[in-house]
Amino acid sequence: MILQEDVDLLRNIPLFRNIDSSKLKLLAFTAERLTYRPGDALFSQGDQGDAAYIIVQGEADVVIETPSGPLIVATVKKNDFVGEIAILCDVPRTATVKAKSEVVTLRIAKDVFFQLVTQFPQISVELMRELAGRLERTNQKLQQAVGEIKRLSVNPT
Amino acid sequence: MEKNLFKFIFKYTRAQQIYIICVTALALPFYYSSLDIPKKIVNAALKIDDPMTTGDEFPRYFSVLGFDIIALDQLPLLFSLCALFLALELVKGGFKMYINIYKGRLGERMLRRVRYMLYARIMRFPLPHFRKVSTGELVPMITSEVEPLGGFIGDAFALPALQGGLLLTAIFYIFSQDPFMGAAAIALYPMQAYVIPKLQRKVNQLAKLRVKEVRGLAERMTETVQGVQEIHTHNTAHFHLSEFSERLGEVFNIRFQIYNKKFFIKFLNDFIAQLTPFFFFTVGGYLVIKGDLSLGSLVAVLATYKDLSPPWKELLNFYQQFQDVRIKYEQVIGQFEPPGMMAEEKQLAEPETIPSLKGELQANNLSLQDDDQVSIVSGVTARFKLDEHVAVVGSAGSGKEELLLLLARLVEPTGGRVSVEGADLGPLPEAVIGRRVGFVGQNAYCFSASLRNNILYGLKHRPVADPPPEIADPGERKRWLAEAVLTGNSRYDILADWVDYRAAGAEDSSGALVAALKAAQIADLTDDIYHFGLRGALDPQRQPDAAAKILEARMALSQRIQEPAYTNLVERFDRERYCNNATLAENLIFGSTVGKTFDVDRLAEHPHVLHVLDKVGLTDDILVKGHQLAATMIELFADLPSDHELFQRFSFISADDLPDYQALIGRVERDKLKQIKGPDRIRLLSLPFKLVPARHRLGLIDEAFQVRVLEARRVFHDELPENLRSAIEFFDATRYSAAATVQDNILFGKVAYGVAHAQEKVGALISEVIASHGLKDVVMAVGLEAEAGIGGSRLSVAQRQKIAIARNIVKQPDVLFISEATSALDSASQGRVMQNLRQAFKGRGLVWSLQRASFAKSFDRVLVMRNGAIVQQGRFDEVDAEDSAFRELSRAES
Repeated sequence: MILQEDVDLLRNIPLFRNIDSSKLKLLAFTAERLTYRPGDALFSQGDQGDAAYIIVQGEADVVIETPSGPLIVATVKKNDFVGEIAILCDVPRTATVKAKSEVVTLRIAKDVFFQLVTQFPQISVELMRELAGRLERTNQKLQQAVGEIKRLSVNPT
Repeated sequence: MEKNLFKFIFKYTRAQQIYIICVTALALPFYYSSLDIPKKIVNAALKIDDPMTTGDEFPRYFSVLGFDIIALDQLPLLFSLCALFLALELVKGGFKMYINIYKGRLGERMLRRVRYMLYARIMRFPLPHFRKVSTGELVPMITSEVEPLGGFIGDAFALPALQGGLLLTAIFYIFSQDPFMGAAAIALYPMQAYVIPKLQRKVNQLAKLRVKEVRGLAERMTETVQGVQEIHTHNTAHFHLSEFSERLGEVFNIRFQIYNKKFFIKFLNDFIAQLTPFFFFTVGGYLVIKGDLSLGSLVAVLATYKDLSPPWKELLNFYQQFQDVRIKYEQVIGQFEPPGMMAEEKQLAEPETIPSLKGELQANNLSLQDDDQVSIVSGVTARFKLDEHVAVVGSAGSGKEELLLLLARLVEPTGGRVSVEGADLGPLPEAVIGRRVGFVGQNAYCFSASLRNNILYGLKHRPVADPPPEIADPGERKRWLAEAVLTGNSRYDILADWVDYRAAGAEDSSGALVAALKAAQIADLTDDIYHFGLRGALDPQRQPDAAAKILEARMALSQRIQEPAYTNLVERFDRERYCNNATLAENLIFGSTVGKTFDVDRLAEHPHVLHVLDKVGLTDDILVKGHQLAATMIELFADLPSDHELFQRFSFISADDLPDYQALIGRVERDKLKQIKGPDRIRLLSLPFKLVPARHRLGLIDEAFQVRVLEARRVFHDELPENLRSAIEFFDATRYSAAATVQDNILFGKVAYGVAHAQEKVGALISEVIASHGLKDVVMAVGLEAEAGIGGSRLSVAQRQKIAIARNIVKQPDVLFISEATSALDSASQGRVMQNLRQAFKGRGLVWSLQRASFAKSFDRVLVMRNGAIVQQGRFDEVDAEDSAFRELSRAES
């Protein structure tokens, strides 16, 4: 069953790793497998985000528009999760993601995801845990960065 | 309309009422003779000769109405009398039937007249009045409240005349027998005639109240229907139920009081009616015992009194019924005479020539007050030429909307006047205003008709030609309309062609279609119509050329999708291949269904389907797959509450059915599926029909299964019974399918699931093919036939606004007023519509109430409104001055 493959795929995503497998299955069933040709955009910078994507196959470039033209900031590949911020809060896309080769994705629509989260508090607890972990890591990085800045401003070299 | 019911009836049915009375009078002699005959049979034919009396022996006279006709012996006399009895009964019955039918027809005609008059009045109500009345009130008034009128009108004069006549005759008879007893018999009538109306008056008041309350009920219901979304949103069902319950209680209470009073009146009537015999018995009996009166006289008087009482009762009943109907009539009429109603003549007059409005339009001291005397527009004086384009700007509530309504003569001003070249527009009939002036407001309304009819609606003033004989027999229609005219109804034939092509600058109906499309283009509606056309159906029998062209387009598309840029976007239908992007049902039937015969929800019950599945041995496979599918669905969805949105969007099993399936799966093991029977079998069998392999990814449809389905497809096709052939149009690459949409006919396949942007890319490709095959006109023509739905419900608000604009363009008015009529359009579309309209109305008047002051820049003249008055007017550069009201407005926007 292909559905089972998708469930396994979802399990590999840190955000979902602690979620009950029956719920993951529902998420997989409501998700959509989409194939992109090389050059097709999964989404574009500035768009309202309506879905998150898991790369199942192929590679895609993450591109940011800068005053001096588009700049590739990263490349995503199998098992990477892109655009996930959009399904958690209302922000415009911060980058464009473009297929580099033929890309197969699993598309999780924001409204469906939200409905699942509001229905099963257990999912939201797991999500919170994961996000809190991320926040913690970000905070640490921030502290390090602030420390670094202080150090640099005290001893300018 | 006459306020008094009797006057109203008399005005329209005088001659008929007199006729009814005459015929009734004519029937009376027959009636009486027939009553007389049984007595004669007993007294003359059956009475044995009394040898003591002479001059009374046989032959006795056969007499009718007191005239002796012929002397006959006993048996001939008996049979003659019996024959006469039968003949009279026939005549009597015939008269009765004739009069009843006549009365019924008269009543129905009057009812038709009343309803027509009331409906016609609704269209003449002043516009602001519609804020005060609701459909919920108006509808029952015209439908149910006037209904009893029909039954009453036939009897309105005849019944009192007849029963009154009978009563007078009986009274006269009693008096002629014995004046004293006669006086005694009617002694209590004056009292009844005095007391009963007094009591009745109270009943009447209650009845009025009841009518009002029931109207209130209707209003509540309309409100509930219209606001049902709010009720769900805010969980206010209890509030509304309680409110409705309160109203029902009021109605109940009033009804109950009416019953109390009504039956008290009845009791009183009956009692008084028996009071007279009481006096007869006591006084008369006393006199008889005393020997002052013979027993025979008393019995005779009592018998006569019995004749007196029925007509009197009938009259009293009639009086009550009359009161009831009168109140309903007056209550209804009162609601249909709002102050400021337009004169009938003004709405319906048909002047010889319709003058064009040219020159300068002037508004002098124009003002409008609402019911509370609050000024909405005050003392507006403005003038502009009818070839200028005028922008009206102001904040919300500045009165700009009302000003446009006043200028377009849709609302009567409370003061001042609007004139063109000095000629007052006020007295002009709607025939002129409605054809020479256009107006589009914010609330665009679409009628339940095709888009074409909605756009051409503004041309349907009067029929322009008789209906073609193939849709209506001329003689039949003539009689039909003659009946309508008899009751003051419309003399115009609704089946006729109403579209005034010439007003649209066209020669015939195809010209009008061109004009409609052009108007649609100006209103930026072309794309919408085009998309309706793609989703619409075309009749290949009526348009064989178009169908042939579409087939060519299908061929072209099949070539194009093989280009590398389009590979895997479309899966074409192929008789020999399983379509992975279609459902199992579609793969089995392999055609478009017509009607409900092969409805996918009931496919598993269809005998032919079951036969086919059995024959190729697929039934058990599908049962197994149904079982697996059910188990998966239960696993996925059992935790969700039954009203969860995901259910509707994704589940194969509806929330209501899920428990049934849960029980089923628990009960039946997989290896025992073969023995499953009845509803359980249908349940499992029906599930897999909606499976689409490319979409659902459940891995249930493998290649071996597909091969068997292809086999079933062949059997399904070959063995389809003759009587079911019309229910399916099989996919055939070389034939146009009338059952499918234009788009599906061109595509002849399925857009692939799971390929990004497939729908958009294929849509663009189809458009390309349509354009290159010159099919755009065909698609547009199909699109124009799309139905707008009730109140335009199938259209978006923006589409409705655009249709209202197109409707006003097509009738080519001399001046067009636009009151924020593009509010629902996106800004790009708004810009296009404005530009197109400015272009189309070059040389004609255009007055536009703008949402944004900045749009006013290109207009010839700008009016700036504030608090109902014009504070600035002139060219754009004149009003756009430092510290002006205009500046303030534009600053507030940015």
